[in-house]
Amino acid sequence: MSEKAYNPTELLICSAARLMTDNTTVFVGTGIPMLAAALAQKMHAPNLMTIFEFGGTGAILDDLPIAVGGRRTFHRALAAAGICDVIEAAQRGFVEYGFLGGAQIDPYGNLNSTVIGDHDHPKVRLPGSGGANDVGSQCWQTIAIMRHDRQRFVEKVDFVTTPGYLTGPGAREAAGLPPGTGPYRVVTNLAILGYHSETRRMLLVATQPGISLEQVQEATGFALECMDPVRENPEPSPEELRILREQVDREHFYI
Amino acid sequence: MRVISEGRGPMLQPPDINAFREWNRRKPKGLIDKRMSEREAIERFVKDNDYLGTELYGSVRAPMSLVRELIRQGRKGLRVAGQSVLEIDLLLGASMVTATDFTYIGLELYGVSNVLRREVDAGNLEQIVEWSNAGLAWRFKAAAMGVPFLPMRSMLGTDTFNYSAAKVVECPFTGEPIGLVPALILDVGLIHVHRADKYGNAQIDGISGFAYEMSRACRRLILSVEEIIDTEVIRAKPDRTIIPYYLVDAVVEAPFGSHPGEMCYLYERDEPGIKEWVEASKTAEGTRAYLDRYVYGPSDHAAYLELIGRERLAELQAMVPGRGG
Repeated sequence: MSEKAYNPTELLICSAARLMTDNTTVFVGTGIPMLAAALAQKMHAPNLMTIFEFGGTGAILDDLPIAVGGRRTFHRALAAAGICDVIEAAQRGFVEYGFLGGAQIDPYGNLNSTVIGDHDHPKVRLPGSGGANDVGSQCWQTIAIMRHDRQRFVEKVDFVTTPGYLTGPGAREAAGLPPGTGPYRVVTNLAILGYHSETRRMLLVATQPGISLEQVQEATGFALECMDPVRENPEPSPEELRILREQVDREHFYI
Repeated sequence: MRVISEGRGPMLQPPDINAFREWNRRKPKGLIDKRMSEREAIERFVKDNDYLGTELYGSVRAPMSLVRELIRQGRKGLRVAGQSVLEIDLLLGASMVTATDFTYIGLELYGVSNVLRREVDAGNLEQIVEWSNAGLAWRFKAAAMGVPFLPMRSMLGTDTFNYSAAKVVECPFTGEPIGLVPALILDVGLIHVHRADKYGNAQIDGISGFAYEMSRACRRLILSVEEIIDTEVIRAKPDRTIIPYYLVDAVVEAPFGSHPGEMCYLYERDEPGIKEWVEASKTAEGTRAYLDRYVYGPSDHAAYLELIGRERLAELQAMVPGRGG
């Protein structure tokens, strides 16, 4: 791994950026999604319509946002509104993609960013939902970005902060979440994962360059089903890496 | 309406909309000069055991000069709306918060809040009721509308709901499950804005966060402002008024009031200043030392700005795109 031309963070950013589609609306949260959105705008998706939870809509990400309410989230934007306006847009069905992260994820894509351990007597108190639950509830499709290990990929999360497919097929709709919504992909340093259309359980779609099926399963705390065939995700290209390093994060906040 | 399920969290502030109406009826409707210092505003309008909210967000257009004064004066048993980076973090660092309707308290790209962890571990922060970001904003919106709840489709099916005080009911129109969040009426709100006149008619540049909703959900509202402007400026563009005067109890002139956070078009965030809190807050001793230096040390906001230094503040202004070098 150490001989590669890129580090795991750069791999995550490039993999996530490729999932962003031009002329679509996407909710962008703190961290890697911001870098991925900025990279996508400079590569293949100049008209990627970014939405930040405190109201920035349609920003041109010349300067990498570092706070979800910061001025960079509405730099040369098309609208600078407020939280109700943008989440209500998602609630009305206007937002196609949402990017999420968390400390734990389960086979149904449920995410925990609230506590490790018991809620009232936690081992670790985490920052909480913020907009994550809203994004996971209201966007048509969500993409989680995670580091891949058995502490994070668990059979049961300690706390369901943000809904994936909850307990399985039909559970979102039964709970009252908008029909036809749910998790779409998980991007990790080891793999790209999706969800089985019937069981709604996590499914291995592609391995990251040089990673074996066994390595992915070994780092996952539950049994993974596999797409047939499992493809290999292409390495970050020199062009992606150059733009990422020289333009997207030129101030070196993240990489 | 049939209640299908209920969160187990306590209702930290009951949605008493009739009492809110009575309160608002008694608020003065005349144009009164409300200019005062941070000290006077906090003395008069923040009490022990109050339920407090802040807007926007820690590193962005945050009422930091008001928060520092609140810590200087000290209050016991505050309950807070937990949507925050630095501002509630400082209150937690001073062990002034006992309960929170919580959506996010963290340090954004710098990770988890260490004072939050310590206050939870020590049992000082006794009650944490969970909400999504929009869930909390819609609670303000319900209060702003003067109604006891709003329907919404966030939080459903999750532990965020289970540990909230929200409910799921059978919608009386469609028969489908729908979430309800109760109105959140604050005892006191702290909001920092770009400018207002002496009566409290306020303008904000850039995103409005949840200022529109929260300002209308407060019994008492303290505004801090970068600049006090003439009422004729307000009257020339009344469409720019996001907070009208009658909501406001105090207008505090506080240039660089959001420091070390940013204020769009005026000054950038002070990255080393923010990192100083991130590092200091990792230990109880560091937290105490930070508060001694930046909060208890300076007697008021002017003294705080002297401590930061005019040169540094001018640099933060010059970093704004299109200004300075």
